[in-house]
Amino acid sequence: MLKYTLHKLLVAALVAITVSFVAFMLLRVSGDLATALGGESARGEDIARLRAQLGLDRPILSQYWDWATRALVGDFGRSFYYPEPVWTLLRERLPVTLTLACWGLVISLAIGIPLGVLAALRPNTLIDRVAMTLAVLGQALPTFWLGLLLIILFGLVLRWLPMSGTDTWQHFILPSFVLGYYSTPAVMRLTRSGMLEVLATDYIRTAYSKGLPHRTVLFKHALRNAVIPVVALASVQFGLMLSGSVVIETVFAMQGIGQLAWESISRQDFPVVQAVLLLVSMFYVWLTFASDLINAWLDPRIRAG
Amino acid sequence: MANPAALPAVSTADVDLATVAPGGVSRRMLQHKGFVIAGAILGIIVLMALTAPLVAPYDPYAQDLGNRLVPPAFMEGGSWAHPLGTDGLGRDYLSRVIYGARVSLMIGLLTALISGLIGAVLGVTAGYFGGRVDALICYVLAVRLSMPVVLVALAVVSVIGGSLVVVITVLGLLLWDRYAVVMRSATQQVRALDFVVAAQSVGASTPRIILTEVLPNVMSSLIVVATFEVAHAILLEAALSFLGLGVQPPLPSWGLMIAEGRQHLLFEPWVIVIPGIALSVLVLAVNMLGDGIRDLHAPENRN
Repeated sequence: MLKYTLHKLLVAALVAITVSFVAFMLLRVSGDLATALGGESARGEDIARLRAQLGLDRPILSQYWDWATRALVGDFGRSFYYPEPVWTLLRERLPVTLTLACWGLVISLAIGIPLGVLAALRPNTLIDRVAMTLAVLGQALPTFWLGLLLIILFGLVLRWLPMSGTDTWQHFILPSFVLGYYSTPAVMRLTRSGMLEVLATDYIRTAYSKGLPHRTVLFKHALRNAVIPVVALASVQFGLMLSGSVVIETVFAMQGIGQLAWESISRQDFPVVQAVLLLVSMFYVWLTFASDLINAWLDPRIRAG
Repeated sequence: MANPAALPAVSTADVDLATVAPGGVSRRMLQHKGFVIAGAILGIIVLMALTAPLVAPYDPYAQDLGNRLVPPAFMEGGSWAHPLGTDGLGRDYLSRVIYGARVSLMIGLLTALISGLIGAVLGVTAGYFGGRVDALICYVLAVRLSMPVVLVALAVVSVIGGSLVVVITVLGLLLWDRYAVVMRSATQQVRALDFVVAAQSVGASTPRIILTEVLPNVMSSLIVVATFEVAHAILLEAALSFLGLGVQPPLPSWGLMIAEGRQHLLFEPWVIVIPGIALSVLVLAVNMLGDGIRDLHAPENRN
């Protein structure tokens, strides 16, 4: 297990460094930082001074090193647009996005796992077909469009739920649902196929022939094994939800890091874009690492290689 | 070398196709309900896109400010002069929806072509050579997977400027991950089979083995992934255009039409509903086609 963990840790660290370099380069290729910071009134010599001050005349790798070591302690520099440092902006906005992604994940697991189990228990029946149809339909609807439809229905027509913002928990219902529904089909399919596979194994037959009650076999023997790949998927999905929040937060006008990223991209505020990109990527890298470890811990065959 | 465990997992599609009588494949295709429905819907959409100048009742760019936001014919106040109504600038909505199919199909197919090429080359290389090559490609894949597609695409488009070509290129360079994953494992399975070992032992060159022995046997997996990726690219383009950083106006992209309709959300919701339905139907049909191809080529992989 130690060897496996160290190997995965090394890969994750390498990926993290590479991704951070890509994020760093994004700001460099997006235009001249000194011109952007100096503003329109800056003269040539001002810009040259600013460039020296910022260290933009030094080799790219040494610039990267400075930026990366500062980013490690949360110093992402200053926004071109807001007076606050980038880190303050992120800290204010991150709770909204994390709340949204958590609820999205809860919703997709709460719908996906039971549906997948039911479909696997009664393969090729009505319930199986309904579940599979929902899965195919679900992946065809564009999230932003579904969001707008729900706003029209529940916000405008029925007036049950608020249309935009983040003030109360009711504000989170529609966006969490939209975010969650998109990954529900993946969870459902994986649960279904895992259950089908497990239910066909010898130890399930043995468990039944020992006279164990149906419920015990189902939950203690079958589901526990079938759900292993779902655990891995869940952490990866959480990472995907953080990036999916760009679209959802924009539709529902929620002040999270996704909307911050979109606004910052629109106004070419690249230090903020860079920081969000780095943050979301790092979440993904370490969530994948965590999911590998959880998997190996739950299933000894994986860590044996 | 020969791994018996890998044998049953390999798609026997080509063996099947070779041994069934001519007409067997098409008969099986016609018996697959999802495949037939999806094929019919896609056929109509593709035909519509190809003959857009003939079937569209109006010029999709012609504005008529006197006839703004006319509702569709089936709603109160609508008329058959504009079957799906007009948008905020008085442009005929049906014509824009028809021309929009061109944008979506072009993005979907060309993106899948670029990303498919990249992903297949990486996946087959990693799967065939294994070892350090495999480790390197898996590392590149891990880097790509950890970068959020929407965010990277938005940022790149905002730097270079949005256009059809830029969106296709950016998405093509980003969406190769699934191809690489699937091609890698498919190649790993095929590589261990006897006919590849035989080709190696008679001294066939590596490129020859990859092109004539491996590639034909992983082709069906490639096609299945490609179908799903067409749908993926279409949805992403719509999302990018919706966020204002994809295809630029006045080009009729369904995602862009939804974005333009957003200001009329309150009183004219159909402006949003119509292009969304078009988008969902197209994506649904493409996905169903993918499911159908997978079932027909490798029924045992259905779950």
